[in-house]
Amino acid sequence: MPYHRILVVGAGLAGLRAAIEAAGEDVAVLTRVHPVRSHSVAAQGGVNAPLANVPEGKEDSPERHAFDTVKGADYLADQDAAELMTRLAPERIYEIENWGCPFSRTPEGKIAQRPFGGAGFPRTCYAADRTGHAMLHTLYEQVVKRGIRVYEEWLMLDLIVSGGRCRGVVAMDMVSGRVEAFGAEAVVMATGGAGRIYARSTNSHINTGSAAAFCYMRGVPLKDMEFVQFHPTSLYPNNVLISEAARGEGGYLLNRDGERFMARYAPKAMELGPRDIVARSIQTEIDEGRGFENAYVHLDLRHLGAEKIKERLPAIREIAMYFAGVDPIEKPIPIQPAQHYTMGGLDVDKDGASELPGLFAAGECACVSVHGANRLGGNSLLETVVFGQLAGAAAVRYVRGLEKTGPDGSALDTAVGEVEARIGELISRQDGERTAVIREEMKQVMFEKVGIFREEGPMREAVEKIRELKERVKRARVDARGRRYNLELISALELPAMLELAEVIALGALTRPESRGSHFRRDYPQRDDANWLKHTVARWTPDGPRLEYKPVVITKWQPEARKY
Amino acid sequence: MKFTVFRFDPEVDKEPRYSTYEVPVGEGTTLLEALLWIVDNADGSLSFRYACREAICGACAMFVNGKHRLACKTQVKDLRADEVVVHPLPHLPIIKDLVVDMSGFWEKYRAIRPYLIAEGLGDRELYQSHRDRQAIDEMLNCILCACCYSSCPMVWTNPGYLGPAALLKAYRFAADTRDKGGRERLKLVAGEDGVWRCHTVFNCAEACPKDINITWSIQALKRKLARAAVGLKP
Repeated sequence: MPYHRILVVGAGLAGLRAAIEAAGEDVAVLTRVHPVRSHSVAAQGGVNAPLANVPEGKEDSPERHAFDTVKGADYLADQDAAELMTRLAPERIYEIENWGCPFSRTPEGKIAQRPFGGAGFPRTCYAADRTGHAMLHTLYEQVVKRGIRVYEEWLMLDLIVSGGRCRGVVAMDMVSGRVEAFGAEAVVMATGGAGRIYARSTNSHINTGSAAAFCYMRGVPLKDMEFVQFHPTSLYPNNVLISEAARGEGGYLLNRDGERFMARYAPKAMELGPRDIVARSIQTEIDEGRGFENAYVHLDLRHLGAEKIKERLPAIREIAMYFAGVDPIEKPIPIQPAQHYTMGGLDVDKDGASELPGLFAAGECACVSVHGANRLGGNSLLETVVFGQLAGAAAVRYVRGLEKTGPDGSALDTAVGEVEARIGELISRQDGERTAVIREEMKQVMFEKVGIFREEGPMREAVEKIRELKERVKRARVDARGRRYNLELISALELPAMLELAEVIALGALTRPESRGSHFRRDYPQRDDANWLKHTVARWTPDGPRLEYKPVVITKWQPEARKY
Repeated sequence: MKFTVFRFDPEVDKEPRYSTYEVPVGEGTTLLEALLWIVDNADGSLSFRYACREAICGACAMFVNGKHRLACKTQVKDLRADEVVVHPLPHLPIIKDLVVDMSGFWEKYRAIRPYLIAEGLGDRELYQSHRDRQAIDEMLNCILCACCYSSCPMVWTNPGYLGPAALLKAYRFAADTRDKGGRERLKLVAGEDGVWRCHTVFNCAEACPKDINITWSIQALKRKLARAAVGLKP
């Protein structure tokens, strides 16, 4: 059975950066897709760093960047973590550029920067509108250069905990269906967000959140899961992301009357307000009958001109043409808000360490927290490289400090046996409903009742519904019984874990009677700092999540009204 | 609409076979959505790769009605056919159904030293002019889906040939003004399994779902090699 001192799970930007940091140790990466298929590849608009590379950004600094991040977060971010991230931003960006990342350039040959929502200066570094693709391919190239071992198409199905510390993971080789325990002294989780719990999501199909949920079910707490980002501009009707860069470059949002309606919601920032505010504004226009077909509004780029669109937003143009048959040079793009980002995640500190010794996490599956109640565009790519590096370094320190190491044979055997039993039960069950039905019901109820606008009644119904689905999934069946590359089995194995996360999100949202960032309650529209300026921490129990709370770290900035 | 899909499970099937499905198709339905519909509603045993569903991850390359395509980027109605016939990428070993073994493809990717060779500065970026960056823009769009590799007759008949994707990657670095790989990198793509094996049939350029003129990049590498051979700056 495979054993590595450090095992990174997930091969997006955070995972690969962690692995590169740990390359001096015995490190391997385990991933459900080939690394370049990871969802980081789809990030478009850019990565924030206060480089002050363009004239309008001359006054920018890590402190201004940290303040924008904290304000954007509606003050739920830990301010020490935000300051750390923005202080380390320049070195991580120069590093990945030095490794070959093909950033777009200023006339002076420096990394180009563009304006983004909620930011005081143009500080978003970009590679046209394919920044995630450029960064992910660069990091994968560095992994190849270092000869780091990658286990491709292995799906994590459990976390192994023994003697009070993490000892590895159980995973299934998707190609053969074989289940193996991977022994490890330290595991770095970098498995991305959980967008596919929602019906409308910009996320890749692989973003189920199941791997993080398996950690949660082994006792690692989740933090702030009720904070779910809805991106203002996803393509109607299939919700492919249309980057914030489209507005950063000057795009307008127009309702049916041709009105730039953001003037009513964020008169100063207009289209470049933070995502939570712009998403709610768009949804309000649609709900009040000023959208098109009661479903979308327009994102108009035509005034930018063909040349700028082709140079700065080529991927957006491609997406609009492929998936909606609209060339943005000639016509406005139909857009609607859709689930985009999981602000919450495994509760970790600034080194990516969870409370379980040996278990680290970075990137979207983790919650440090730097995004608080609402993430600013361009901060997620930054988070991946900053905290990926820190988590990798922390994992190295941790394993070097251990006295007794080596695979824990009996714990690994037991864990494999449990997963095999789970699979055996699923594929031998003759009756019951198919899991796809349950999955679709989960996605619908999450979007409709724990979505952009929230209220007590519907959320209670959502919690009830999820509990019902949790019961039904125990009796569900899969038709495809072969073990080789069995998509139905994979989906069925992930679903119970996804339902655990759905329950945490819905219960966390129901229990928080205030509006903050992405969490907007129609019945409690105000932020309540006196009672709710605190992180939600969810612990798994057999009867559902147990919620606890912990304070937000405030260093410099007392909460104030959030106006844009 | 009728979908006929190639099936082969080497552990069970002696020979490949086809399955036929009737799938509801509307305006804008993509081939990937249709395949996912089959798994959820008709036949959970069908295997294929997919992830981003927005033509950027490169996972869902397959051979559809006689052409290399990304399933996610293909709208069923655009095929203008009464029937959709789906095969795995031709000329690659089959793992199951539409899932192919890409290990040879990745081996060749690794062979060209696919990373920037340069001394980093650490505290600032390496200089690159806007124009020099734009010069490699098209090559950067590669998503490593292997459509080009699967379409190339030289790959079919010469197992050692590096193939279009690896050569495109080599040119992406050779043409990057920051790269110091120079002649050392060019050596990796010389030889009979390198650029000279390309007979400019342009299948790769035609197959590329990102519209990259891969053949052009391979010829540009040939030019660099020729210049180096006569002692000029590549």
